[in-house]
Amino acid sequence: MALKGIDIFKLTPKTNCKECGNPTCMAFAMKVAQGSVKIEQCPHMSDEAIAKLSEATAPPMKAVKVGAGECEYTLGGETVLFRHDKTFVSRNLFGVNVCPGCVDERLPEIEKVDYERIGERMHTEVLNLKFTEKEAFLGLVNKVKGQGKLLILDCKDVDAAKEALELCKAEKPILNGATPDNYKEMVEVAKAAGVALGVSAPDLDALYDTTAAIEALGYKELFLDVTGASIKDAYANAIQVRRAALKDQDRTFGYPSIVNVAKVAPDDTAMQTALASMFVIKYGSIILMDSMTYAQALPLFGLRQNIFTDPQKPMKVEPGLYPINGADENSVCVTTVDFALTYFVVSGELERSGVPCNFLISDAGGYSVLTAWAAGKFSAGTISKFMKEYDIENKVKSRTLIIPGKAAVLKGELEEKLPGWTIVVAPNDATGLVKFMKDFK
Amino acid sequence: MAFKRNPQTFNASINEVTFGTGDKAVTLGGGNTFPMYTFDGEAKNKVAIGVEISDSGVDMTVPGIAEYYAGAEGIGAIAKKASEMPGADFVVLTLDGADPNGTNKSVEDCVAVAKEVADAIDCPLAIQGCKNIEKDIQLFEKVAEALAGKNVLFVSAREESYKSIAAAAVMAYKQKISAESAVDINLAKQLNVLISQMGIQPENYVMNVGSAAAGYGFEYVASTLDRVRGAALGQNDAMLQMPIITPVSSEAWSVKEAVVSEEDFPEWGAREERGIEMEVSTAAAVIAGGSNAVILRHPKTVDTIARLVGALM
Repeated sequence: MALKGIDIFKLTPKTNCKECGNPTCMAFAMKVAQGSVKIEQCPHMSDEAIAKLSEATAPPMKAVKVGAGECEYTLGGETVLFRHDKTFVSRNLFGVNVCPGCVDERLPEIEKVDYERIGERMHTEVLNLKFTEKEAFLGLVNKVKGQGKLLILDCKDVDAAKEALELCKAEKPILNGATPDNYKEMVEVAKAAGVALGVSAPDLDALYDTTAAIEALGYKELFLDVTGASIKDAYANAIQVRRAALKDQDRTFGYPSIVNVAKVAPDDTAMQTALASMFVIKYGSIILMDSMTYAQALPLFGLRQNIFTDPQKPMKVEPGLYPINGADENSVCVTTVDFALTYFVVSGELERSGVPCNFLISDAGGYSVLTAWAAGKFSAGTISKFMKEYDIENKVKSRTLIIPGKAAVLKGELEEKLPGWTIVVAPNDATGLVKFMKDFK
Repeated sequence: MAFKRNPQTFNASINEVTFGTGDKAVTLGGGNTFPMYTFDGEAKNKVAIGVEISDSGVDMTVPGIAEYYAGAEGIGAIAKKASEMPGADFVVLTLDGADPNGTNKSVEDCVAVAKEVADAIDCPLAIQGCKNIEKDIQLFEKVAEALAGKNVLFVSAREESYKSIAAAAVMAYKQKISAESAVDINLAKQLNVLISQMGIQPENYVMNVGSAAAGYGFEYVASTLDRVRGAALGQNDAMLQMPIITPVSSEAWSVKEAVVSEEDFPEWGAREERGIEMEVSTAAAVIAGGSNAVILRHPKTVDTIARLVGALM
């Protein structure tokens, strides 16, 4: 909850000493309230006042940093429950459960799925290491550490957790091990190793009390394991925890979540996909499953990319020449805008047509065809400029360019700007493309 | 100090719309909480699942679908199988063969197919057109007439076609319709207002606020669903309180991930698994957003989503 300038003013020495660079303490307080000046700039502010202020101005949900090097991630820090209210800031991570008995089988399967989609690397970021007994668990830690994955130690055994952290604490894993029974010891272990601590409990009340008790011990690098005993519990917990933090400003639940869908839907791949999809939308920060095959990854990573896109900024694909269906230099050229949705829909239909073509994407500001055209970002000028910049005339021998039906108006002007080219107008809607391309061929 | 619960119930609720007849009639909507927030209040009616078949049958290139419908000869037998699929609440007949740019089946042929399907099943029926506005108007008028008394749901009436479809289906033959708009809360509301201005009562229509497969601009679908449900419940906006039906299968099974063969993309694995996961993921995501009914194809998806809904209720 933001403090008003007048509340901050009450905490200042009220001496108007100007040492902070402001004419009066009131002016200084107003700037602090706006966020343009930091409270520490006043040399006379008491520690007590600073603590009170940082408490009051802290975000409702803490952003927790985990992992190291290329697998360092920030989770949490959300400010809204619905993405249209502002934006979701920390995209969720996906993880796969591994145990001593299944790790050799699962690791190669996990590594198979690693690809790029609209400029984003799509792969399983997290490994959740299941504790069975100490020696096997330590063996598991040794096997998977240093593999470029964020590790979660799913271990409620204090001794084993301590020894496991000795092996891997440099990677800043998450120790998901605190419970109402062991939290005091676990906090010490997590603190000593400098890692984030996951908290779980039989129900939300116990989770709340345990988290509050851990905060009272001075540790706030926390995750809340909302999994629960059933599908219904998991969904209810994930929503109530996030809602309490963001809507009701209850900071005790203001931490990122872990939800292990495999625990509530064991041996049920499709159900795990269904649940993971719901938790992408409703409040899972780290979603753990038993597998991440291509079949699961394609919708799940795509969904995540959609949900965590900034509503203010459209998704764009890189401008360039994309050969489709084994196109060569003699294949016809097709063009449209760089709005990711348009690109995917059109490229999908072109692929379905089976007709080889060179798909040309120019920078149209990430807008749809009509919007880009209206904004002057998809015009005869921009297309011909793109053709020159990307040296299309030397890369492609075909002199036929197919343009979107909704930009049919560009035909005449394009023929002027691109001498020697034949401009063909495609249907208004991508659904007509398969037939159009086949007939055209 | 225990966790202080702060349930969100609203002084507004989603309309209830019933289609079909008898014991198996399906009621969509009701309830005054966000989707499946059973910890806040009762969810009233469960999310219903429709199994989609086409006038030309089902997609026999998908092994699981082919296996499920094996032995079903003719559209009546296929429809009966669809109605018996574990998890199914209603059957959806898509008359895509009527498309003038495709096989261009006559209205009479389509009416005959619809009658055969309606006679073969004892659960509710929804009819989808071929997406050609002119043809769908003719189709829906005649099918509504032929299936009078069956309380069929016609999916969908659009801005260009709602007048004729609402007049024929709802006013003349007491069927139900769905108002379809393109993934935008304002367009959805506008169409609902237009339909209500014809004197169509809220218990006679649902809405389809648009759909997309996971990864294909689903953020628009997700935010439209969130905003529509937020306005319906939070602001008591009567023109957005219609239950929502979302056609999932037609989107999920037509994106590249579910279409390309394993030969072309060997690392992606079997096409069938990709299609199922895409359908499951998209269905779960629209249910999380507040859909009251989803249209699906694959038996495994239907089973999974039915169990998901059961577990969340």
